[in-house]
Order: sequence, then structure tokens, then C-alpha cells
Amino acid sequence: MDTIVCVKHVPETAEAEIAVDSSGKGIKTEDLVFDINEWDDYAIEEAVLMKEKLGGSVTVITMGPEDADKTLRKCLAKGADKAIRLTDKAFERSDAYATAKILHKAIKDLPFNLILTGTQASDDGYAQVGVILAELLGIPHATMVKKIESKEEFVRVNRELEGGLEQVMEVKLPAMLAVQTGINEPRYVSIMGIRKAREKELKVLGLGDLGLKEEEVGESGSWITMEEMFIPPVEKEAEILTGGPDEIAAKIVETLKARGLV
Amino acid sequence: MEFELTEEQMDIKNAAREFAEKEFTSELGRKYDENYEFPWELYRKAAKLGFIGGDLPEEYGGQRLGCIESCLVNEEFNRVDSTCASLLSGVGFAALIPKFGTEEQKKKYIPRICKGEIVCGMALTEPNHGSDAGMVGLDTTAVKDGDEWVINGAKTFITCGAEAEFIMVCCQTDPKAQPPYRGVTMIIVEKGTPGFDTNSLKPKMGWRGAPQAELSFDNVRVPLSNLLGQENRGFHQIMSYFDFSRIPIAAGAVGIAQGAFERALKYSTQREQFFQPIANFQITQWKIAEMATKTETARLLVHKAAWLIENKPDKLRLITRHAAMAKAYAARVAKEVTDEALQIHSGVGYVDSDIERFYRDARINDIIEGTGEIQRYIVAREFYREIGFSI
Repeated sequence: MDTIVCVKHVPETAEAEIAVDSSGKGIKTEDLVFDINEWDDYAIEEAVLMKEKLGGSVTVITMGPEDADKTLRKCLAKGADKAIRLTDKAFERSDAYATAKILHKAIKDLPFNLILTGTQASDDGYAQVGVILAELLGIPHATMVKKIESKEEFVRVNRELEGGLEQVMEVKLPAMLAVQTGINEPRYVSIMGIRKAREKELKVLGLGDLGLKEEEVGESGSWITMEEMFIPPVEKEAEILTGGPDEIAAKIVETLKARGLV
Repeated sequence: MEFELTEEQMDIKNAAREFAEKEFTSELGRKYDENYEFPWELYRKAAKLGFIGGDLPEEYGGQRLGCIESCLVNEEFNRVDSTCASLLSGVGFAALIPKFGTEEQKKKYIPRICKGEIVCGMALTEPNHGSDAGMVGLDTTAVKDGDEWVINGAKTFITCGAEAEFIMVCCQTDPKAQPPYRGVTMIIVEKGTPGFDTNSLKPKMGWRGAPQAELSFDNVRVPLSNLLGQENRGFHQIMSYFDFSRIPIAAGAVGIAQGAFERALKYSTQREQFFQPIANFQITQWKIAEMATKTETARLLVHKAAWLIENKPDKLRLITRHAAMAKAYAARVAKEVTDEALQIHSGVGYVDSDIERFYRDARINDIIEGTGEIQRYIVAREFYREIGFSI
């Protein structure tokens, strides 16, 4: 099984103090720690597990700045064989469609049976890049995948639906699967892995290498343009209920009912 | 001048941090602390990832990490939890085996250590001899009888003494040697050898994830081939490794200080007194500034000492001096910073908290691998020697 895993180098924002930058279209990143997107960590683990079981290769690919090498090296240390970083000033401000176009150019001539991505990226949360990429490549896809069983000509996957439902389907290879967290238990980076990663190939490709024109990528090549990013104002409305526990409980139920919430 | 880690060093630091942050918990730290328990499970997991015996050679399963890399692992582990980090204390002095041991000894012990199957120990300190062991001589003796060594005596404060699969025991083999350290020999004694007994030392102030024991040797017989290195060269063998081993210990102390500092920094923004976070008070700000500055200074000294080992291996005197300075200073900083962190936490820190453990765990660093006093003696000796004055 030859697998390509698309990963993203994202800021860890869960516990960080977030501020919008001067452009008003992004966040200040200088004090933020960047790491592999959580969903992608599961994707790379799944690819490495398949390689260990079935043989083949794992290529990891990202579009991002030079700093994204940290995430690529992490993937190499975990067992990926090759890494590709797509970097160009022109790629900045690409939406999901433009990003998928860039990835498509880099991937279309590579040999692969499977492309894995995370279900979404924790920073922009588009959850679209993998799906658009599959369309551009003309291959089937499945999203929210929480189990992959590999057969000769196809993969059998379990998709996680709302309400605790799971859907099992067969997807003909080659295919693109967007994996959900919890599909496996991502391994830690080992010292042995770090050592091996030093000897693996990390290729950097730009606009020209991919045969793309400037107007096809970035803001001009995007279908969606970002207008503004802001931190929602804190709601001022708060009501403090008084009285005994029973009284307060009754008031809460009343309020929720009045707003049609229960 | 470079103040940056290499990419590989950065990756190792991040890997150590990620492992520790996901695997070490306050609950685990407290458990090991309360039970005087060596963190076997964490030790095995860490070994699988190459964090154990990092400085051991690759052909026997080690990673041959440099001193800086070992420091990064020690600092990160201790920063996350000082008690869980004592998993690193199970392989103290194992590096003496690849350095001085026979091929048979290397094959027998090193791969099992690197796989996390066993821990080992080194026994120098005795009830009556610690810092002066080399100058005064040892009470533990070993004499040859046919094709065996016969060992008699007692050792104490031996880290992982009861857990260790084998102990490298320093014995006086030539009682007439002058100075006495020229008559010290290292002999390997395996767990379960008749006449060899261990007794765990309790109660103990801190660092309880690295249980310490007293050892007794009553006519313990081991083959002559258990000799480690050269006869009567044992003291030199240990000293040759102290310069290396003291530096990661110092890095561990920096990690404890860093961990205590980060906890105090965060807590000071949450704890409110006089209707505001205590971080608003200048006295807290000064404490925070002092703690951070001391920790960073200690780190720089540790990294410089480690850098000297890697880049100026022939400057032995410079290395000795820097290793001693780094160890003495980092140990002091760990004591002072954990003390101040506890003060910032006050009652909350004094009772059942990470900070009280960090405070107790930090204290050992000024005692193990040569006390703070001995480190300062070494530093002074080296400077006086330079101007031709013998102290």
C-alpha cells in the first residue's frame, strides 16, 4: 500500500491567548507553539500502521512555511519515508480550493493507492481540502473515517455519523480518506525515529516546480475570500438566580423551557 | 556564537516533552512518591522510545546521545514531573560498562538496560565514607580466593540498590595503597548472589521514585571475571565519568526549577488576594523575575558544560571545572526556585501538591554525585591550580 498523507502545521490554540493580527485576517502567531494538526497525527499513524502490516511506502506532504519542516520531520520520525513541503509566497491566503489545487499538482504524478488526510484542520476548520483534492484527482473519497480495513482492490471503511451511528462502506482504490480522531493511538516520536528521519528525503517545491501560475493560487485562485477575523464580544447578559437549591433548579427549568431549550 | 539548538536537538527535546506531558501525571508522581516506588512502567515505555541509556553505544541497543541531548531529556522530564523523572535514575553509571567492561559484560547487560528490562546501580558511598571515599579508603573489601573475589562490607544511599539487576561495587582491593584510591576496584555483584543483601532506606525526604538502599556483603563470592575495568583503577574509572554524568543531573535540577517556576507563574495569575490576582503585586513580580533569571543562568551554565564535553573533549580541566560549577549552581537554583514557588503557592503548595514534591525532590541534587561542597572544592581547586597554588 503506497499512501500519501496530507498534513498541516498548525498553532496550538486550545490554552493559548489568541489575538487578531494587524491585517485583521489572521491571528498573531509569534507566541504560539506550532505542531502537527491533531487529526493529521491520526492519519499519519494509520498510514504507518498499514505500511507496517502490508508493506509499501508513506509519503507525507504539506503546504506551509519553512517552519512546517518541524511537522514533516515528526512524521518522518514516526515512520513516513519521504516528505514534500510546498512553499511559495504566492500560496499564502489560499482557500481550501486553491490549497487542493496546489496539492493536486504535487500529487497527481506520484504513485499511490491511498491518500489520507485528517477530517479537518484545527486552525481554519474547513474540512474541505481532502474532498476537493479527491474530486480534482477523480478518485472516490470518504470522510469522518474511524476504521480502515484494507482489501486488494478496495478499502472497507467505517464512517462516524451523528447520533452514534456508524456507516460501513467499500471504497474503490485509489481513494482519499479523511480520518477522524480516535481511529488509532498515535505513537510517540522515538529517538531512533529522529535519527532515521535525518537520512530521509525532504523535498521543497514552489509555484514554478508545480507548473502553477500565480493567479491560480493564493487569494486570486481562491473561490472564497476572507473578509475579517474577530474575537466575538463577550455577552454581557447574565442573570444570577437566588434562593434555595430546589427554588433555583425550578427557575432554571422554567428559563430553559421558556427559551425552548428543553 | 550560537545560542540555538540544532534541528535534531530540538526534535529530541520536543519528543521528550511530548512523552512526559502525556505519560507523567501528578497522580502517578504522587503514587511513586507515597510508595517509594521506582516507575517501572514509565521506565519501560521510555526505553522503547530510546530515552533510557541514551548515552550507551548503538551496537548494544543504545542511542549514543551526546551530553547536550541527555541534558535536554533530563530537563524536560523533570520539568513535567520531578518524581516520574526519577525513571532516569535506574541506569546511573551503566555507561562504565561500555567504557571499561569486557565484551561479555557489554553483551550481557547493556542490551537489557536499553530495552528497559533491568536497572543497575553503582555503589561507592559507605556508612563512614562518602565525599572522602578516595582519600581515606573504603571499608568494603574484596580479596581474591582461587578464581573468585570475596567481598565483605556495607554500602549505603545506593540508588535503585534493591531494584538493580547488578551493582558495580567499589571495593578496597589494596588496603596499603597510597593514596588509598589507588587500591579501589569495581566488581560486579548480581542480585541474588548469596551473602548480598539490600535494605530500602525509609523514610526519605524526596526523590522517592528512585528508591535508595543500604547494601551488605557477607562473604559474597563472585567470579574473578566480574572485575569491571582494571584492578585498582576503580576510582579513576568513576571519576572519569563524573564529569559527564554530573551535567545531565544538573540539567534535571534546571528542569525541576523550570517546572516549579511555570506552576508558580500560572498560579500567581489565578490566586486572588485583596480583590486581585497576586501577580499584580510587585513582590510577586520580583520573585517571578528572580526565579526565571536564576533558572536561565543555570541552564546556560549546564549547556556550556555539555557543549565543552562535545566540542572540546581534550580540555579536561575546563570540563571538570564547568561540570562542577553547573552541578553546584543548578542544584542551588533548584532549591531556591522550588522554595520560592512553594512560597507563592503558600498553604496550597504546602499541602499535597506538585510543588511540595518538587521542593522535596529538588533537594537531592545538592547531595548526589558529589555534594555541593565537593563541587565548590573542585571549582576552587582548579582555579588555585592554575596559579600554581595547591589547596
